[in-house]
Amino acid sequence: MARQTVKLLPERRCETYMMTVFDYYQGTLFFSLLVLLLIISVIRGAAEKPAGGFALLSSVLTAVFVFAGKADQACWLLVSLAWYLGLILLWQYERKKRGRAECLYHVVLVLSLVPLICCKVSGLLHASLFAFTGISYLTFRVVQILIEMYDGVITRVRVRDILTFFLFFPSFSSGPIDRSRRFEEDLTKRRTREEALSLTADGFVQLLSGMIYKFILAGVFFKAMAFLDTPDAVWYHRIGYAYAYGLYLFFDFAGYSRMAVGTAYVMGIELPGNFRAPFLAVDMRDFWDRWHITLSHWFRDFVFTRFVMYSTRRKWFRDRLTRACVGFMVNMGIMGLWHGLTPAYILYGLYHGVLLAVTEVYQKKSSFYKKNKNRKCYRLVSWFVTMQMVFFGFYIFSGQLI
Amino acid sequence: MEEKILELLAQICEDDAVKEDTQMELFESGMLDSLGFAEFLVELEDQCGIVISPSEVERKDIDTPAKILTLAMERAEK
Repeated sequence: MARQTVKLLPERRCETYMMTVFDYYQGTLFFSLLVLLLIISVIRGAAEKPAGGFALLSSVLTAVFVFAGKADQACWLLVSLAWYLGLILLWQYERKKRGRAECLYHVVLVLSLVPLICCKVSGLLHASLFAFTGISYLTFRVVQILIEMYDGVITRVRVRDILTFFLFFPSFSSGPIDRSRRFEEDLTKRRTREEALSLTADGFVQLLSGMIYKFILAGVFFKAMAFLDTPDAVWYHRIGYAYAYGLYLFFDFAGYSRMAVGTAYVMGIELPGNFRAPFLAVDMRDFWDRWHITLSHWFRDFVFTRFVMYSTRRKWFRDRLTRACVGFMVNMGIMGLWHGLTPAYILYGLYHGVLLAVTEVYQKKSSFYKKNKNRKCYRLVSWFVTMQMVFFGFYIFSGQLI
Repeated sequence: MEEKILELLAQICEDDAVKEDTQMELFESGMLDSLGFAEFLVELEDQCGIVISPSEVERKDIDTPAKILTLAMERAEK
């Protein structure tokens, strides 16, 4: 995963204790700055000021602190920002002049992926081109804008708003993945004092519950993982590890996401949530509607739907079912690659692609499913089977399988 | 035009009920999924000349035949 939680965690913890790092949602320094920014945001909310300028100011400030001690990362961030902004402005100009020029559109999209691809490929070769915290998530925001410009949904961009959208510190390093049009509306939205304070209260609840998730519950399961990951581990250790890891992953990432959403709420930005009780999912589709939601919805809107539309027009497949299945494989395959170019991540993507395709075939073809899908005992069995598949997926993701 | 759009939707959902009950919920009830929605957008553009981008509307704004119809007719007038 772009956050590489597990592999980095031991060092990260040690850094946190040493308090020498300044990184997003890590260490005393970040949280001290966060408290200050939150206090200012509460006062601004009570004074009925829109999020606008302060969102940019606080994000730039945070970025300066985070990247101050990391000259390489800072350079790559600046180069990438210039690259993305240049590309967006160029595309805006050409889009106005030439309309929906499909060929140029594809070139622009490929160019927008160059930094991320360079980063991932050079990472494999132990080099570090375009390597900076947040590049994976930044790519989503850039591509969304470029595609919606082609669609004609975005007709005019403002550099200042785009920069705020790109750098917005609560979600900069690991999402949730917001959409630019929604985000920009929030920047200028005027809320009454009651509305602002009620959003602030919601924000603090999310922020504090996120801290409990990430710093307490995730820690408990992390300890369990360490306990189960012994040199003389047998099969039931492995199974226990898969469950402990899955729960750790959930509390770590859902906790982080809650903290990000909570911070954004206090600042007056209604960042979308990332998790909705994923362990209650009754099938794999349901799971992806509950787990890392902003990621799966981004892929749905910008990869799956577009692949289906493209292949429908060009009549690539005989029937709908084949189209959907190939669509799921492409969609989840790319999602796996985005997480990282390692065998474990690629397998994780393909695994979920296959599961979604199988689910689709089963739900469309099976009369047993159609007859029983709403029965309580069927849903219970379906939930149980889904959870086993989900946790096996986490096991692949953890890198312990291959 | 309205009839044609409803007819397209009925074809995609494989159920004529969407033509009768335009307040019917589409996504939760399983009538329309991401695949069907994508195919519907293609048909809408090719047969009615109405372009809606897949990321432009949220699910909650298009979860009944009536809402889809309103959105499509708005676009048709432009």
